[in-house]
Amino acid sequence: MHSCDGDSRVIRLQNVHRVYPMGDRILSALGGVNLDISRNEYVAIIGASGSGKSTMMNIIGCLDRATRGEYLLNGINVADMSETELAKARNREIGFVFQSFNLMSRASALKNVMQPLVYRQTPLVRRKHMASEALDRVGLGDRLDSRPGQLSGGQRQRVAIARALVGHPAILLADEPTGNLDSKTSQEIMALIDRLHGQGQTIVMVTHEADLAARCERRICLEDGKIKFDTGAVN
Amino acid sequence: MFMLRESIRSAIESIWAHGFRSLLASLGIIIGVASVIAVVSVVQGLSYTISEQFSGLGGNSLTIRSYTPFKKQLQGRWSKLRNSDMSAIHQRVEGISHITPVLFTQSGAQGKLSYRSQVTFSRVLGIGPSYPEVNGLYLEEGRFFTADDDARRRFVCVVGVDILQELEMPDDSIGEFFNVGKQWCKVVGVLEKQGELLGFSRDSIVLLPYGTAKRMMGASKDLDIQIQVLVDEINRQHEVIGRIRRVLRQEHGLKAGEPDDFKVQTPEQLTDSFNSVIDMVTAVSAGIVGISLFVGGIGIMNIMLVSVTERTREIGILKALGATRQHILLQFLIEALALTLIGGVVGVVIGYGLGALVTALLPGFPSAHVPLWAVLMSFGFCAAVGIAFGILPAVKAANLDPIVALRYE
Repeated sequence: MHSCDGDSRVIRLQNVHRVYPMGDRILSALGGVNLDISRNEYVAIIGASGSGKSTMMNIIGCLDRATRGEYLLNGINVADMSETELAKARNREIGFVFQSFNLMSRASALKNVMQPLVYRQTPLVRRKHMASEALDRVGLGDRLDSRPGQLSGGQRQRVAIARALVGHPAILLADEPTGNLDSKTSQEIMALIDRLHGQGQTIVMVTHEADLAARCERRICLEDGKIKFDTGAVN
Repeated sequence: MFMLRESIRSAIESIWAHGFRSLLASLGIIIGVASVIAVVSVVQGLSYTISEQFSGLGGNSLTIRSYTPFKKQLQGRWSKLRNSDMSAIHQRVEGISHITPVLFTQSGAQGKLSYRSQVTFSRVLGIGPSYPEVNGLYLEEGRFFTADDDARRRFVCVVGVDILQELEMPDDSIGEFFNVGKQWCKVVGVLEKQGELLGFSRDSIVLLPYGTAKRMMGASKDLDIQIQVLVDEINRQHEVIGRIRRVLRQEHGLKAGEPDDFKVQTPEQLTDSFNSVIDMVTAVSAGIVGISLFVGGIGIMNIMLVSVTERTREIGILKALGATRQHILLQFLIEALALTLIGGVVGVVIGYGLGALVTALLPGFPSAHVPLWAVLMSFGFCAAVGIAFGILPAVKAANLDPIVALRYE
């Protein structure tokens, strides 16, 4: 998947709606969102609980599809993709970082980070090399064989970030990445994310913490499924 | 191929990580396969040994015995083979080197033997002079009967070694007398040790001259005999059987379309009929044990369903990382398959051990024998159970919505 020539937009949402049938009623989670995010942007999506942040995250992360409207990921319409193509898009274009880390508890840090590469059919030796490099990048080069249970919260989130980065995705999608961490560790993780952005990584982060959002170059605030304000792209 | 390899790796890791649970899940399969292999190994061991023993009976001998169809039995008309039938075969059938009558005394019941205060029971047969050649028998000591013994109906006998032991007769028993029924008989020969067949001793036997046996049973009676012949060339066996049938049908005045009132049996037929019984026992036990494999399969399915629920979040993570429906399906299917196949391997080993133990504990029982087909069939059945009972949990896992799965607590 490659972007169109000269188009730096990685994400383009055009009049995106997402509704959920709830018995007789229809619940509208997103009601006509228009949004462009370009390469190397550092975006915070903020908003109160129930504002539609998670729904938008799921759509951007190809975990869910819009009921109406278009979502172009690297210029390709996600609505037209089959289940398998969506899985492939998640594997190649998106790197997820979750609030609760979502690591596989029975696997070592190295194996956790290697996992996305399995679905790219990367040979084992190459997988190991790429995963240890990614762990090195987040400062865990010496904890390759540790299981999540043997790591601190901050270290677990670093493993999750390494896993998100290992396949060099177009977007790093972080959902409340410091939600389960103490303030000191939160700062460390945010410093790491800042650094990744500095290295050219496009980052979209969902947060409800104002000080974290303030670190981002662009803030998009959602309310009742619509964009309340967008500080706009910096460049 | 790549994904298959990865799924196998992942399945083994998962089974290893939940070792005890995996063992419990496979227990049904292990018990099922172990029972199949144990039963088959014992039955096949028996069959194998018996085939070996039958093959030592002499491949080119034929046994002719009377046979009464059920309808005639109801009418009380019992077929018989007589001395005249034997003479007819002897004179009119070519390709026979030896022929002997066999007369079962006491209507086939075991005869009572006594020597001083010792009493035992044994088969007592009246035989012709060619009996040793037809049955491949040799003497340990003494002599066989002479034509004179037969003609004069002398009370002389040749005995198996077990008789000497059972009657506690002296080591050198030639010339000793003991009672066969109420009649004194003189031992003139002792047979070489024969061993066992179907668990019965072949050395517990008393042979009398045919004429003597007939005299003991009442010379005027119309007795039913068996006829044993030795065919010159084994590849002419069927030809000889055909000739014997023609002669006997003529002798018995059977019309075209009427069934034979006798049967001509080869040692292979004996083996075949025995093997068909063995096969039936094997099939029935395999069928019964198949049910336990089925129950084992349900156990696997149950554990796999629990495993899918327990790992819902993990499935969500894998899907977020790029796993497709097929990847998840394959992973869980391979896991179920691996559980059943590992259960199969353990079951085969335990089953063989059990079979060997049972045969070792039963005195005189042949050793266990596991044919390759039983092992392959067990694995095939395990694989089928794994796929059949693994598919439902695997589909359930593959169909999970990643968003729902990721939210699962």
